[in-house]
Amino acid sequence: MTWEKLLPLLWDSTVETLYMTFWSSLIAYAVGLPLGVLLVVTRKGGIMPAPTFNAVLGVAINFLRSIPFIIMLAVLFPVTRAVIGTAIGTKSIVFPLIISAFPYIARMVEGSLDEVDHGIIEAAQSMGSTNWQIITKVLLPEAVPSLVNGAAICVTTILGYTAMASAAGGGGLGALAIVKGLNVRKFDVMYSASLLLVALVQLITVFGGRLTRRLDHKHR
Amino acid sequence: MTPQIEIRGLSKIYPIPGGEVHALTNINLTIEKGDIYGIIGMSGAGKSTLIRCLNRLDTPTDGQILIDGENILAMDKKQLRATRRRMAMIFQQFNLLMQKSVARNVRYPLEIAGVPKKQANERVMELLRIVGLEDKANAFPAQLSGGQKQRVAIARALASDPEMLLCDEATSALDPMTTQSILALLQKINQELGITVVLITHEMAVIRQICNKVAILDGGLLAEEGTVDDVFMHTKSAAGRRLFGILPDQEEIPPQPAIRIVFDGESAEQPIISKLVKEIGLDVNILSADIRQLNQKAYGQMMIARPDDPFELQQVMEYLRGLGMTVEEVHVP
Repeated sequence: MTWEKLLPLLWDSTVETLYMTFWSSLIAYAVGLPLGVLLVVTRKGGIMPAPTFNAVLGVAINFLRSIPFIIMLAVLFPVTRAVIGTAIGTKSIVFPLIISAFPYIARMVEGSLDEVDHGIIEAAQSMGSTNWQIITKVLLPEAVPSLVNGAAICVTTILGYTAMASAAGGGGLGALAIVKGLNVRKFDVMYSASLLLVALVQLITVFGGRLTRRLDHKHR
Repeated sequence: MTPQIEIRGLSKIYPIPGGEVHALTNINLTIEKGDIYGIIGMSGAGKSTLIRCLNRLDTPTDGQILIDGENILAMDKKQLRATRRRMAMIFQQFNLLMQKSVARNVRYPLEIAGVPKKQANERVMELLRIVGLEDKANAFPAQLSGGQKQRVAIARALASDPEMLLCDEATSALDPMTTQSILALLQKINQELGITVVLITHEMAVIRQICNKVAILDGGLLAEEGTVDDVFMHTKSAAGRRLFGILPDQEEIPPQPAIRIVFDGESAEQPIISKLVKEIGLDVNILSADIRQLNQKAYGQMMIARPDDPFELQQVMEYLRGLGMTVEEVHVP
């Protein structure tokens, strides 16, 4: 394939990939972040202990997390159609991506918040903080570098999942590499699309790492 | 007058697999306004549990804690938060917000109390001046030494204008020099701001340096309490004697018989040892001596080897008592 033909294809696919990654990451975080907070604060010994709720939430999250993405995509077909209006195409992929990613994000956030020294929380309690103040002014701000680091990992994972969009007629670099590359033996298309995916993952990882270090005042 | 803190029949039992641990058993203590009250004990004596019960970071199993007559254990969440703002706390590990600057750390209690930003910032600088860190306002805790971190923690604790300051092993992570400066700061806060200080420590030197009252905990029980002068001069409990180094911990080292001479302020002026040598003709063997200023008076103790001859021993004891000294026969490691 000539560059004149290939370049617009690569460009459009990159935009589609970024579209899928951005929206699914954003919405999955909107769901996963509060759930991660809940996992930490409702635990036994947490600031709002509710062990039964915590156990139920933990099981539900583990259940969702253990379903392979491609199965999730198929199982969610009717739900996706109801929510997005269609189950086919780039836009519709965002929904199953969110459902697959938010449990993963919740666990990631839980891990980040766990790194906050319990003594700092106790100090905040001893100063008469409400639980909401502890969450918003202590727990989350103290975990920011770790949360950013985790976000870089989550976003790259979601980016990787977008490559499977072709299974539901979606676009993006992954679909380009598979549908217009591998399946029709056009290896130049396959390789260039794949390399762009690799470059995107690298970019996010490096940027995430830099941002983490810049934000961290504890380890420097 | 109602005491500032009154602890009544306080007990704390922790369940552990296959049983329970009695961390505190029936503790009764009264802390008056303006006291620097020291609670001392070996590791596992229950002192940390006790101070953490005072502001309900730990919940006791039984008993009452009255803060100005109000039982903190019966308070709802809102009352508890209001009371906690009156009784600030500092910690062994400082527990500063690591991602926030020194100024933001000190401002935290003002932020959560809804103090307007401008007013809060002025107060922060005033507090940093009190602890001598006004030039570190924009530094982050990770850039500070241990002593500086504890000063930030103290400034933060003072931000809510507390009436009481709880110190949970506040100097245990610091070197001796830094410990001195932090203790001096706590004393200054007590004297100039009239804040009641409750501190726990495992070091008798800390108690003797700044406290006016002391409680000795031993295995979750209150072994002894009273003014520091009194407890030091007339130590009754085994735990207290162990902390003063006048009873062997275990049998490993054979105990050596000794005479303990307590200096109570006036007698330290007299050249007692040289008098003993000259007037009794005794060869004095000093085993240990530890005398220092305490509440503007010289206090301390000296251990001398006990003469083997019972007659000579009696002579020495009577001679020292005749000089108005507090003396007793003890065993030292």
